[in-house]
Amino acid sequence: MVRFILRRLLQMVLAFFGTTLIVYALMFAGQGDPIQALAGERPVTEAQRAYLTEKFHLDRTGIDGFFYRYFDYIRNLLQGDLGESLTGRQIGDILAAAWPVTIKLALIAMTVTVLVGVTAGVLAGIRRASIFDNSTLLLTLVVLAVPTIVLAPIAQYLLGVRWQLFPPTAGADPDFYALLLPGIVLGSLSLATALRLTRTSVAENLRADYVRTARSKGLVKRRIVGIHVLRNSLIPVVTFLGVELGNLMGGAIITEGVFNIPGVGFNLFRAIRTEDGPLVVGIVSVLVVVYLIANLVVDVLYAVLDPRIRYE
Amino acid sequence: MRGNRPTRGSERKAGTVSQSAVQPTPASPTPEGGHLLEIRDLHVEFRTGEGVAKVINGVSYHLDAGETLAVLGESGSGKSVTAQAIMGILDTPPAVIRSGQIRYQGRDLLTQSEEQRRQVRGTEIAMIFQDALSALNPTFPVGWQIGETLRQRAGMSRGDARRRAIELMELVKIPAAANRLGDYPHQFSGGMRQRVMIAMALALDPKVLIADEPTTALDVTVQAQIMDLLSDLRRDLRMAIILITHDLGVVAGVADRIAVMYAGRIVEHADVRSLYKAPAHPYTKGLLKSIPRLDFQGQQLSTIRGLPPNLMRIPSGCPFHPRCPYVQQVCVDVVPHDLVLGDGRTSACHFAQEVRDDRAR
Repeated sequence: MVRFILRRLLQMVLAFFGTTLIVYALMFAGQGDPIQALAGERPVTEAQRAYLTEKFHLDRTGIDGFFYRYFDYIRNLLQGDLGESLTGRQIGDILAAAWPVTIKLALIAMTVTVLVGVTAGVLAGIRRASIFDNSTLLLTLVVLAVPTIVLAPIAQYLLGVRWQLFPPTAGADPDFYALLLPGIVLGSLSLATALRLTRTSVAENLRADYVRTARSKGLVKRRIVGIHVLRNSLIPVVTFLGVELGNLMGGAIITEGVFNIPGVGFNLFRAIRTEDGPLVVGIVSVLVVVYLIANLVVDVLYAVLDPRIRYE
Repeated sequence: MRGNRPTRGSERKAGTVSQSAVQPTPASPTPEGGHLLEIRDLHVEFRTGEGVAKVINGVSYHLDAGETLAVLGESGSGKSVTAQAIMGILDTPPAVIRSGQIRYQGRDLLTQSEEQRRQVRGTEIAMIFQDALSALNPTFPVGWQIGETLRQRAGMSRGDARRRAIELMELVKIPAAANRLGDYPHQFSGGMRQRVMIAMALALDPKVLIADEPTTALDVTVQAQIMDLLSDLRRDLRMAIILITHDLGVVAGVADRIAVMYAGRIVEHADVRSLYKAPAHPYTKGLLKSIPRLDFQGQQLSTIRGLPPNLMRIPSGCPFHPRCPYVQQVCVDVVPHDLVLGDGRTSACHFAQEVRDDRAR
């Protein structure tokens, strides 16, 4: 197990360099004149141009210059310096402000997913083909079919504006209540998937041979379902939830955009729109690390949950 | 490991059973003239989208304390369904028990509440299954699974359940039992897994053990070891065993009586010796002839022609008539009743005596 984790950490290093390189290349390789892009519409003086060329090592050209700048960036990154955004702010500061909001939002979404999705999934699995099962099936189908870009504004309009149950937008430094509706919207997709996954898994495990054995031991039904079936059914669900938590951390661009939440996704979206290369690369680099760690945790958790799985 | 089959009544080998492990239960008091377990005219159907399959059509058999009854039949003959009906673990739906009685110590289990029936499971009647790998929960250690029965049903503490689980594992001859308590089912070999199943079934000292094809998933040498273990345990613990199997070879050494099932009916019922010597139903006869024999070399193996009937469309009259070499018009028209042949033998064949006395075919 320790060897497995070490090997995975090594793979993570490779994956980290690979993805950052690709994002770095995509952001900067296409730009004609980065200095003009930085300045926007305003004219750039010769003195400014000379200063910026030296500062960003733009005197080196071609593929050689690209790699020089990339490794310069990585060197700073490894020292904890994410560099400066085109707006002049420290990227580290931007992320330090954005991360807590995104984490809060992701945790709300995850809590909703687990509480509602897994619970309803277990119930639907136990009462297969019941009214409850069929209605949740229909409802999850709708949620899965409607994209967040449609669902989020509808929820915002109905619950936030029309009925005024929730604040329609979050704004700077949002509290728990302001994040609740966006969290539910963000979690609804993973909720629907988790529900259907749990339902199928429970229904399948209820037919398993070991359930028959548990019944012939004279155990009460509550225990058979609550201990034997649940333990086996939740293996795929927990795996899914782990991967999903990684997604929720980085994938909230639409939800954060619609509800005006100053999280990581919101900043990433703005950075892409304003062609703020350093900020995009900085945010994506951190997201890559978060995602890789989430995946590692899932793999380790998988072995803990299912004793049949052993890592060498 | 253990080559020779112990003869009944032989001296018990030292260490076969740890004395503290299981107190031999005295043969249970059965009501006047009654049997320990008796199934009377059981009818079970499976209702599916495609129609109604009549899986059990009037099965009756009985079991006395301490004896072994073998229930023999091919897949789909209803032997396992009968067993699951006794345990009360049939999935309903799709299964529906139409009529009949399952009397245990004189009480009809089918009229009891689910809670009463649950109390019977494990303590009075226990069951082991064919494929021990899927029958054990893959995510819990075997010691925990054996102990669970003791903790949940006998109210034992964790420590007591653990100690008793080790004793039970020793009772079924799992080597280094104490070290294997924390192992998971997939870490055991097939034979050892089946021993774990047996240990779990024995946890509450049941009076009846239903063994549903306990050796089918195992290779031949391990089969013999498990059968030896079962017959030792039966003798030492004075249990009665219902041994469900499709393997005539497995039955010969351990069973007292045999009930042969076909299309949800008992077609022949006899003690082992007379059944092997002179089967009184054409189906049993066909089964016996289809066993490969070492002393008849170079001959083609005899088979029963045709296929088992579709249980949604059971043939008229005797359900075996389309495959029967003795078939007459009466077999197509009239359902045969059990013909009593003496010595407790019955055969559901219009020509039972002729079949029994016909040694040629």
